[in-house]
Amino acid sequence: MPVPRYWRYQDQRYNLAGSKCGVCGGVYFPQRPLCPKCHRESLGKMERVTLSGEGRIISYTVVHEPLIDYEHQAPYIMALIETPEGPILLGQIVDAEPEEVEIGREVEAVFRKLREEGKSGTIQYGYKFRLKR
Amino acid sequence: MREVAVIGVGMTKFGEHWEKSFRELGIEAGYRALLDAGIESKDVDALFVGNMSGGIFLEQEHISSMVSEAVGMTEHNVPALRVEAADASGGVAFQQAVLAIASGVYETVVVGGAEKMSDLTSIGVTDAMASMGDRSWEGLFGATIPSLYALVARRHMAEFGTTKEQLAHVAVKNHYNGARNPYAQFRREIKLETALRASPVAEPLGMFDCAPISDGAAAVVLTTLDNAKKLSEKPVVKVVGLGLATDTLALARRKEITTFKATVAAARRAYEMASIKPSDVDVAEVHDSYSIGEILAIEDLGFFKKGEGGPATEEGRTALGGEIPVNPSGGLKARGHPLGATGVAQIAELVWQLRGEAGDRQVKDARIGLAQNVGGVGGTAAVTILEVI
Repeated sequence: MPVPRYWRYQDQRYNLAGSKCGVCGGVYFPQRPLCPKCHRESLGKMERVTLSGEGRIISYTVVHEPLIDYEHQAPYIMALIETPEGPILLGQIVDAEPEEVEIGREVEAVFRKLREEGKSGTIQYGYKFRLKR
Repeated sequence: MREVAVIGVGMTKFGEHWEKSFRELGIEAGYRALLDAGIESKDVDALFVGNMSGGIFLEQEHISSMVSEAVGMTEHNVPALRVEAADASGGVAFQQAVLAIASGVYETVVVGGAEKMSDLTSIGVTDAMASMGDRSWEGLFGATIPSLYALVARRHMAEFGTTKEQLAHVAVKNHYNGARNPYAQFRREIKLETALRASPVAEPLGMFDCAPISDGAAAVVLTTLDNAKKLSEKPVVKVVGLGLATDTLALARRKEITTFKATVAAARRAYEMASIKPSDVDVAEVHDSYSIGEILAIEDLGFFKKGEGGPATEEGRTALGGEIPVNPSGGLKARGHPLGATGVAQIAELVWQLRGEAGDRQVKDARIGLAQNVGGVGGTAAVTILEVI
């Protein structure tokens, strides 16, 4: 992945920065320059908000056939997390065995390395989740 | 708008065609469709090609010119256009071609769909397919396309009690049908236990819940209904309903994941245009790239209530001879799934079914057929309804 394509989303991937519409109050992640409900009314009224990183598992899977640069992590757990702020996040569940993961479990976001692009590519970071214990 | 009919269909066998190139596959499907239609390439006004990713699979863009040249249509500088909507590329290309004829711009059009996947390694294909979803917010985080369907499956199980056995029944049924289709990649029946003990891909989905890596091409010839009645010696199959819809690229950006709203919307549009209801459909070709996809499809198309897709499949209600036979071709699971070719192959199968030419897999007295072609994890859905007159 070209560096700028990764770099421009750092605030969102490192800090869980989303957008809140100043008109309807809707919260979005990833960020949006316009609210999909209020359209032009929301122009210039989208505020930066930080998601708490807390949430609840609404579904999960254990990935056995991974993507390139994820081979050494397989098998790994991926889940959809419903946040109290509204957006649903997709991310890995780490520091847990698959048997411990279930729908409804509470999780919290952690900052982790996502992947290394080959031997000489960039190292990319972002959010993953762990079970609240 | 003018009425449009299909007068010719053809396809290659789907599978691992190590010895054949993308061009050769396209030529084979194209001439079979033209022979079936009884016309020549000089009679064709335009060429529409569904192809998901020449860029990744072949390192080749400009597929329109490439295919036009390969099938000999650059002799007349025929207009050609590539349509891309992930693995709904073929279905969307077909609909665009119908609209081009209906509008009065073209009289006769060939729609091709093709993909050559087997030149990449298995992990290379998994990676290429991730571009059907959101690379920046799904792929980067490690989500494969099967893992996204697995999230849908697990949620469907939790909400409606769908079981792994019911998912396996999709594969068993589609392999039974595929065994009766000479164009299918897998021409063998499988046992329920075989599907259930397959190696996991993304839990709860295993290998038999997933369509294979395939090479292949399919083509259909379209013309105005008036031309079709004059030209065709075979039963004329009319296009009666079209619906196309989108939803978010990423699964996480949907409130509900146990229904594909793009399918629901596309189906509503297609049923409305055709002035029919779901129970009028005699045969359906749906997008079972993953077993859970067929369960969602038969619910979202209105054949069964939400949550009843699993039990309906288990009870054989979608089997050949059932109340609504689904994927008599073997579906994506057994016929194979060369991404951009699939939507066109679905149309070819419906035409064979509606003409009564489907041999051992023939659905008795089929008059109305429906094809549902999904792009990615429900980001696009194309629903097409055909009727034999």
